[in-house]
Amino acid sequence: MPKLLEVNALKKHFPLKAGLFGGTTGYVYAVDGVTFSVDCGETLSIVGESGCGKSTVGKAILRLIEPTDGEVFLDGVRIDNLPLSKLRPLRRRVQVVFQDPFSSLNPRQRVGDCIAEPIVNFGLAKNAGELQDRVIALMDKVRLPRDAIRRFPHEFSGGQRQRIGIARALAPGSDLIICDEAVSALDVSVKAQIVNLLSDLQDELGLALLFISHDLAIVEHLTHRVAVMYLGKIVEITDRRTLFAGSHHPYTRALLSAVPVPDPTAIRQRIILRGDVPSPINPPNGCRFHTRCPYVFDRCRVEEPLLRSVGSGHQSACHLEHAPDVDVIPKAA
Amino acid sequence: MSTTLLSPVDVAVAPALPDVLPPRRARGRVGMFIHRHPTIFAGGLMLAVFLFIAVFAPYLGTADPTAIAPARRTRPPSELFWFGSDMLGRDVYSRVLYGTRISLAVGFSVAILSSIIGLFIGLVSGFTRWVDAIVMRIMDGLMSIPSILLAIALMALTRGDWKNVVVAITVAEVPRVARLVRGVVLTLREQPYVEAAVASGTRVPKIIWKHILPNTLAPIIVQATFICASAMITEAILSFIGAGTPPTIPSWGNIMAEGRALWQVKPHIVFFPALFLSLTVFAVNLLGDGLRDALDPRLAKRI
Repeated sequence: MPKLLEVNALKKHFPLKAGLFGGTTGYVYAVDGVTFSVDCGETLSIVGESGCGKSTVGKAILRLIEPTDGEVFLDGVRIDNLPLSKLRPLRRRVQVVFQDPFSSLNPRQRVGDCIAEPIVNFGLAKNAGELQDRVIALMDKVRLPRDAIRRFPHEFSGGQRQRIGIARALAPGSDLIICDEAVSALDVSVKAQIVNLLSDLQDELGLALLFISHDLAIVEHLTHRVAVMYLGKIVEITDRRTLFAGSHHPYTRALLSAVPVPDPTAIRQRIILRGDVPSPINPPNGCRFHTRCPYVFDRCRVEEPLLRSVGSGHQSACHLEHAPDVDVIPKAA
Repeated sequence: MSTTLLSPVDVAVAPALPDVLPPRRARGRVGMFIHRHPTIFAGGLMLAVFLFIAVFAPYLGTADPTAIAPARRTRPPSELFWFGSDMLGRDVYSRVLYGTRISLAVGFSVAILSSIIGLFIGLVSGFTRWVDAIVMRIMDGLMSIPSILLAIALMALTRGDWKNVVVAITVAEVPRVARLVRGVVLTLREQPYVEAAVASGTRVPKIIWKHILPNTLAPIIVQATFICASAMITEAILSFIGAGTPPTIPSWGNIMAEGRALWQVKPHIVFFPALFLSLTVFAVNLLGDGLRDALDPRLAKRI
């Protein structure tokens, strides 16, 4: 049985233009060979620092930007090189929820029309009455008040707007929803509500989620598997439990050690990375993490580590044979 | 220790609560609108008055604006000639009233025409890269010529007529609208709600119609009011230098041009058309400022 979504060596290089005639002077290697897959009903999270290319992956899958290279399969059908007219019917199955609840809704469109738009686009309702019933059912599903149908987005709070966005993403009966930092702009309490809503919907509808986030605390609650990205590449991909208990890649460990622990007495060993993330215009040779890695050795500077299996369903792109012996999981004192 | 109980007398002498909150004045629908958008109200009211003058000029005028009476020339304002008379003895008051027609007609026509044409050009070039490259260079070329100079040059090609004035000023104003619309379209195209619409299978024409166009209207309406004001001034300048409305038709620019030679001794001939022009432009600008604030849906709900 084919995976719902398969991404194979996906690349997106943004050309840098300069000068009067816009000659290309270089590329931003935003996404540079990313491979992963998402099963039906599964949540895969992509985590990483800002600028590591995680949002670009989401947009390239949706063809909001054209991928430079690589393959994307949706249910076994290759979609990265389909003409946009042929892609349109397949768009029904993959929807998106964006980060900013304010700019992701048209300020001049009523909430009902906004949720109805994908249903109308794909001709999923036979008449106006059925359309209205479907919109109301969707609003109930995301727990929006029914009178919202005639109102405008600016009348709602951030959390409510995100519910509208989720309703719109569910409207065409999608199988996969790409949540591009969908809860990052929300307050902690609202964030929890939206995360719970998403996992309820997943159980109810068998949705697959591609959850793009920089917030490991949220990821821990929601996800089945996690892919960690650094500078346009996936450095480690594994299930949630292994990631939080036995991660292999030094970058993942550093990332985990940066998660704040709401306990002032907790003793933990922080891994402080030195320096900044190198520029994606001119990424380092060999391992992209070697400029900041505390365990760097000669091989890392010349040879790029490939993703290799380090356990069942656990892949890591690091030359180190064994995970560094550092305990980063916080212990209560 | 005993607790002191308040006697009924103590309660009675307790001071009455001050009226911290004065009772809310009940406002009607109109009162509420004036309170919320005073500039729209003031600008709109002034403009309505000028519109009324333009429409009913024949009934408001005291004399035929083109009737010549050389014996009574250059009279100062009086009961007979409210704004005085010019060097041919024509009634300045009647001429100024009739001039309102030309100014408003030119202002409104230019605003509407240049908005529609500019909107179309802006939408197309904001969405099509190769059209953008060509059309925007032409627009840059047009914009590099000062708009009055361009209007004078275009008027030199045809005969003086207010419709030709409209065309000449519109050509000069279109690039400004096209640029504005293109800029807005390019920003809106990157908005997440447009990307979400693309992802949910909305076709390009519908995206333009439903998501782009409604959000460009507010800046265009505001821009249109400013174009209207500047078109009125340009029309007056063209008439003043003799490149616009023919002298047989009274327009504010014409009246000022005719009174120019005498303005040091008989300033009233220039003063009244200039006052009307200033007030009309002021009214339109006031309206434009008010609309700019009011048309933002996020500010619309403030009380």
